[in-house]
Amino acid sequence: MAKIIVMTSGKGGVGKTTSSAAFGTGLALRGFKTCIIDFDVGLRNLDLIMGCERRVVFDFINVINGEARLSQALIKDKRVENLYILPTSQTRDKDALTEQGVEKILEELKKEFDYIICDSPAGIERGALMALYFADHAIIVTNPEVSSVRDSDRILGVIQAKSRRAEKGEAPVQEHLLVTRYDPERVEKGEMLKVEDVLEILAIPLLGIIPESPAVLRASNVGMPVVLDDKSNAGQAYSDAVGRFLGETIEHRFVKVEKKGFFDRLLRRTA
Amino acid sequence: MSIFDFFRTPKKASAADQAKERLQIVLAHERAGRDSPDFLPQLQKELLDVIKKYVSIDDDKVAVKLDRASGYSTLEVNVELPAPAKGAARAAAGKVAATGNA
Repeated sequence: MAKIIVMTSGKGGVGKTTSSAAFGTGLALRGFKTCIIDFDVGLRNLDLIMGCERRVVFDFINVINGEARLSQALIKDKRVENLYILPTSQTRDKDALTEQGVEKILEELKKEFDYIICDSPAGIERGALMALYFADHAIIVTNPEVSSVRDSDRILGVIQAKSRRAEKGEAPVQEHLLVTRYDPERVEKGEMLKVEDVLEILAIPLLGIIPESPAVLRASNVGMPVVLDDKSNAGQAYSDAVGRFLGETIEHRFVKVEKKGFFDRLLRRTA
Repeated sequence: MSIFDFFRTPKKASAADQAKERLQIVLAHERAGRDSPDFLPQLQKELLDVIKKYVSIDDDKVAVKLDRASGYSTLEVNVELPAPAKGAARAAAGKVAATGNA
């Protein structure tokens, strides 16, 4: 049975698209047929992060409006088997997302895919509501920072009140916390919220902690989901998060300050 | 407090600690407001209608108040009944308190 996962946060710029790309790619790498949908109508970016921006012909909105077939709009990833991207429109606005239209496409995708990842726009307006409405799972992307934590709490309230599962009184959407841009050194200095503090405040299960890493920008520069950079700590942390999502028990890494060796210190090497 | 604490310089809460504390306070308020009982005005109106069937009272003589504590909330309904037609103007107050899970 296909599962719909929404990647959401309330606040913008915390890493929803980066996480959607990395998480979706991670699921596909483990053999699950996965589709990542960009719900950020008018501000599309998933195509850039996935490196398929030059292959976009039709988009999500074209399919909703019946101007193209779903198979024409889906872009197959060239690196990873089982991975597809459904880009969104850059020219229309969020009103183009109708509940019936989105539902019809999700139902069609469910027949073919194991996982459908809805990359939500920021905010709590129509685009974000449509991205979370049909979800079975919600991954809440949060930075260890006050405005992000507050907005995450807000979006959790929206999920608990306005998702289809909530409206129909079904089993609630399963919530998962993904803390991104975590910097253990700053945490140790008392400059950044500890992951334990964020967990205590939001009180939802922890899926993963992605360390602040230069690899994320590097990967986005070249249009590669960071999970494919398996030497980077961020890539490994995303891969671990995917494993945990699938039920594996994996210890959290990159949460403590790494002791630098003598030569590292001598050369002032950074990660 | 031990005698040693006296000599220790008081440690200032770190920026992260302050962030946590501020978040806990603001979210406690926002969460309470989020599922704020917007049924209260309706409840007040319906209570009034029921009471009016038996006793004639003024519209402003019913007060409904909700109080939230950690773990439970209290719903307080105050009905001020009119003074008996004869005798001194006395107000009898009936108080109903209902406790439920927040």
